[in-house]
Amino acid sequence: MDLLGYGAFFLTTALIFSLVTLGLNLQWGLTGLFNVGLAGFVAIGAYTSALLTTPDDAARLGGFGLPILVGWLGAMVVGGVAAAITGIATLRLRSDYLAITTFGVAVVVQLVALNAQKLTGGPFGIGFIPRPFGGLAETPLLFNLSNLAVVSVVTLIVYLALEHLSRSPWGRVLKALREDERAAISLGKSARFYRVQAFAVGGAIMALAGALQAHFTGFIAPDNYLPALTFQVWVMLIVARAATSAPSSAASWSGRFGPDREP
Amino acid sequence: MNLQFVVDGLLAGSMIGLGAIGVTLTYSILRFSNFAHGDFMAWGAYATLAAVGAIGAMFGKIAPIAPLSFGWPLIAAVVIGMAITGLLALLLDLMLFARLRAKGQAIIVVMASFGASMALRSLLEFIFTSRPTYFSRAIQIAMPVGFGIRITPDQIALLLLTAVLVLGVHLLMTRTQTGRSMQALSQNAALARIVGIDVAKVVRVTWIVGGALACVAGVMIGILIQIRPFMGFDMLLPMFAAAILGGIGSVPGAVLGGLIIGLAEAGAVQLIGAEWRAAVSFIILMTVLFVRPIGLFGVRER
Repeated sequence: MDLLGYGAFFLTTALIFSLVTLGLNLQWGLTGLFNVGLAGFVAIGAYTSALLTTPDDAARLGGFGLPILVGWLGAMVVGGVAAAITGIATLRLRSDYLAITTFGVAVVVQLVALNAQKLTGGPFGIGFIPRPFGGLAETPLLFNLSNLAVVSVVTLIVYLALEHLSRSPWGRVLKALREDERAAISLGKSARFYRVQAFAVGGAIMALAGALQAHFTGFIAPDNYLPALTFQVWVMLIVARAATSAPSSAASWSGRFGPDREP
Repeated sequence: MNLQFVVDGLLAGSMIGLGAIGVTLTYSILRFSNFAHGDFMAWGAYATLAAVGAIGAMFGKIAPIAPLSFGWPLIAAVVIGMAITGLLALLLDLMLFARLRAKGQAIIVVMASFGASMALRSLLEFIFTSRPTYFSRAIQIAMPVGFGIRITPDQIALLLLTAVLVLGVHLLMTRTQTGRSMQALSQNAALARIVGIDVAKVVRVTWIVGGALACVAGVMIGILIQIRPFMGFDMLLPMFAAAILGGIGSVPGAVLGGLIIGLAEAGAVQLIGAEWRAAVSFIILMTVLFVRPIGLFGVRER
């Protein structure tokens, strides 16, 4: 029984990672955009959702006590906007500029998480994040299984939506841009516009994954979002080969068996 | 406002600038942003520390040169450290980057450098532990030089050293055949090959110069602040920002960019607070990308 509960817990964590990988796959696999700061976008999502849904806390801003779904949506919006701004600044330049800037985003998010105590709780993090089916926490098995169901449904929805998107005209433009930019531009497609969109959607998915994890564990702190997380997700995606979105979930599961993150 | 931030800023700027020279050269000649460059700094500092230890073991304790906190063992050790860091960069290129470069996709090399950076850092933590160490625990008395500014003898020596090194690299780039080959390769790689420039040699010189300067920057941090495995990684964002602010490929630009960022950081520490220091380079980076992405002395990409 305990083993089953642990299995459900493990699968939930793996699915959350596969959700991040799906976001990265949209950015890199489908569009060829290089994000070295994805830990920052995951953190943005986690903190946004935590801020919106936690009960009021005198020590910091808010705790607005909103429903969990509002937190998830808010996380996607903020993560998407942050990614869009990053994209607008860099996507007309060489690909390395995007890499450097996303790296900077991760550094600054880490800095804000650590130092803006009024907003993020600083090094002590944010606790008491409402958990879906929190009432079931007495029986860990039931709690883990119901959370697994929630995360599975969300991941499945995102996966199907991405599959649909990549086959849609929008996804075909992205692939065309990745394969032969000049040919695509000569057909009248604005490279920068489409890339900013793809980057923003990818950022929103990463933020959603961050929010899911925050609500699953109930506590977040700056240490959860170190550069090692970025590299871990990249390894998951590389193992799954770029450009196919299905195997990324499988790879992110196997990724959890690998060596643990660096301290 | 106290003018002390000028000295602090110039010192931080020297470290950033020396590192940024390596970043800008790798970027313009090898065409990728090297995320492992910060860890060359840390490796340089630890290699120098190990060399100081070895010299101390061989020759016994040697008194530091009058007003400075270090003596000739450290000076000799820096030269050894520069050689080791240069070789490390060459080795990494041989084992990793050269192979991936041959495949033609620049961004894969960037990812590899990100992985290499983590491996190098973890290796340092494994060998030397993550506890900070120092070249010298002696405390220097800062001398007042007017306008409320105080400066230690070490700081003066390191500022002079930076000026000499920057001048040296500038002369290398503009006055020697090797330097001109480097410029040619960065401006137009295909044409440079056609006129018979030895690309492999230029690549080697780039790595050695970048590695050696990173080592000096690392030792400067070690002398003025402390040595720890993450010291270089924390310098990565300021170095990239300085290289882009100065214009990719420009050595004077990288140094000027480094000084501007160093001064801005020191000013921010005084005005806003030390904890927000790292955000300064990000703000400057974003501003440059929006306003003038080719940087101060850059040329438009072709």
